[in-house]
Amino acid sequence: MNSDLIQYIQEAKVSGMSDGEIQAELLSVGWNHGDVRQAFLDNISPELENPPIEQSEKIEAVVSVRGLIKHYGSVRAVDGIDFEIPKGSILALLGPNGAGKTTLVRMLGTLITPDSGQALIGGHDVIKSPDDVRKIIGLTGQFSAVDMVLTGRENLVMIGRLCHLSKLEAENRARELLIRFGLSDAADRQVKTYSGGMMRRLDVAASIIAHPEVLFLDEPTTGLDPHGRIELWHIIKELVAKDVTVLLTTQYLDEADHLADQIVVIDKGKIIAKGTSQELKAQVGGDVLELHLTDHSQAHRAAAAIEALGIEKPRIEELEAHIFMPVRGGASVLADAIRRLDQARIDLADIVLRRPTLDDVFLKLTGHVAG
Amino acid sequence: MKIISETLILVKRSLIRYTRVPQLLVFSTIQPVMFVILFAYVFGGAIKTSINYVDYLLPGILVQTTLFGAMMTGIGLADDISHGMIDRFRSLPMSRGAVLAGRTISDLLRNVFVIFLMVGVGYIIGYRFEGTFMGALGALFLMLLFGFAFSWISALIGIAVKDVETAQSAGFIWVFPLAFISSIFVPVEGMPKIFRLFAENSPITYTVDAVRRFSVNQPVDYTFWASIIWLAAILITFIPLAVRQFRKIS
Repeated sequence: MNSDLIQYIQEAKVSGMSDGEIQAELLSVGWNHGDVRQAFLDNISPELENPPIEQSEKIEAVVSVRGLIKHYGSVRAVDGIDFEIPKGSILALLGPNGAGKTTLVRMLGTLITPDSGQALIGGHDVIKSPDDVRKIIGLTGQFSAVDMVLTGRENLVMIGRLCHLSKLEAENRARELLIRFGLSDAADRQVKTYSGGMMRRLDVAASIIAHPEVLFLDEPTTGLDPHGRIELWHIIKELVAKDVTVLLTTQYLDEADHLADQIVVIDKGKIIAKGTSQELKAQVGGDVLELHLTDHSQAHRAAAAIEALGIEKPRIEELEAHIFMPVRGGASVLADAIRRLDQARIDLADIVLRRPTLDDVFLKLTGHVAG
Repeated sequence: MKIISETLILVKRSLIRYTRVPQLLVFSTIQPVMFVILFAYVFGGAIKTSINYVDYLLPGILVQTTLFGAMMTGIGLADDISHGMIDRFRSLPMSRGAVLAGRTISDLLRNVFVIFLMVGVGYIIGYRFEGTFMGALGALFLMLLFGFAFSWISALIGIAVKDVETAQSAGFIWVFPLAFISSIFVPVEGMPKIFRLFAENSPITYTVDAVRRFSVNQPVDYTFWASIIWLAAILITFIPLAVRQFRKIS
């Protein structure tokens, strides 16, 4: 039923219009918002899901997931997920708590068996040959899986030995990783004396001790301070530069934005969007006008005053007296908005016109804020 | 073989833990020491045994100590599960059995230490081992086999409940009656019929009686073999059950 729409979008794209422009135009000629969004998804996904043959030969997909499903009782924790990760790239799985991220990672890491669907890691099937998968993956779970009583070095050597490195190899590799992850001073201290960030780095180091081709990181930066997060980001980028393929889950939109080559947004076990950070932001279309009021009781009046300028209805966060509204038209909109707000006698603390963030995308796609 | 080196690596891990946290060892001996004192000096006077009560009691206490020590296997596994260590091991290309074997074998080694410690405590309060050197080895072997077999039962419980507190209470619920309805502290002859029937056929009674015979230099009799059969049956049943339960962790 939306084939007209899809055809229109495809033609418009060929003519060089941006997604945001196409979307705005479709809305302005009276198409229903939901249909347009669906058409964009339908239009965008086939390209990403089934890359043309020539392309997939060029870029080797190290992780390939098709129709993966996992039930817990009547709940579909993961409900038909498809994606591919090319070698040496990062895919971020973005979604709120309970979206199914951890379940998905645990299936790919061979810790739980999918109910149906297929997942290939380096060509090995996670259901049929989990042992082969385990030889080429590293997995860092949501909570640090290191022995608190052992020292950092002992932990790494133990994991290395369990991955069948020789004693000497394991010791050398442990030394190398301790230096690289800034843990050499603490190497011979018990892990229980480590800070959260150090423990997390040791955990990641343990996951890569046997040079995995694919690394799964489940919310690697949750609970870290900003400094710790940035350190971990560096480490992840370094790994990818060495051709490691990474799948990480995160609730932080800025993290996905910063690290990922490809972002898959999931909610309630389903993919609701995928693409690069740019592509996802384009789905919001145009810019976002953001108002911060000094008095939250004025929020509704303020929203009414600027409503006519938006390409969508303004969204009010009453508690913090913030208003967000997607707009088109650049700085003139800003001037217009200020004039209207002034006429309505609204007290502004701040007003900004900015590029959409992934927060805006997430909100638009799911109707609720991430996290 | 792969599984052997993996098991040894994990045994080493557990032993390092015991040397770093000696409290684990100390606390696991405080309870049996309290039992020794309680029974030798408080209840002992009222318990009639064919031999000196301290000589009767100590072999029982040694078996009880290994029995309670076996509960640590399940608690340790539950602890590793709740801290994500088991997930880490499961994501490695290593044998599933090694994780369980590593834990049960390190608990066996710990039992060696605790048994010697408790014999030392026994000597302070007047216990004397009167058997031969071979008898001592036989008794040690039987107690270690006993502890090892019960470690696997404990392992199954620990993996099934996955949580330290539950593993602790789930362990003691069945261990307590089993320990008291046996010949550990008192002769079974004085028990009411049903209890006596239970006690007489319990692997604990067989093991304690066999160890006691070694201790007072009596020849090996059916109690020794009945104990071996019981323990073999437990191992044959519970090793596969524990490994199967381990594979089912998700």
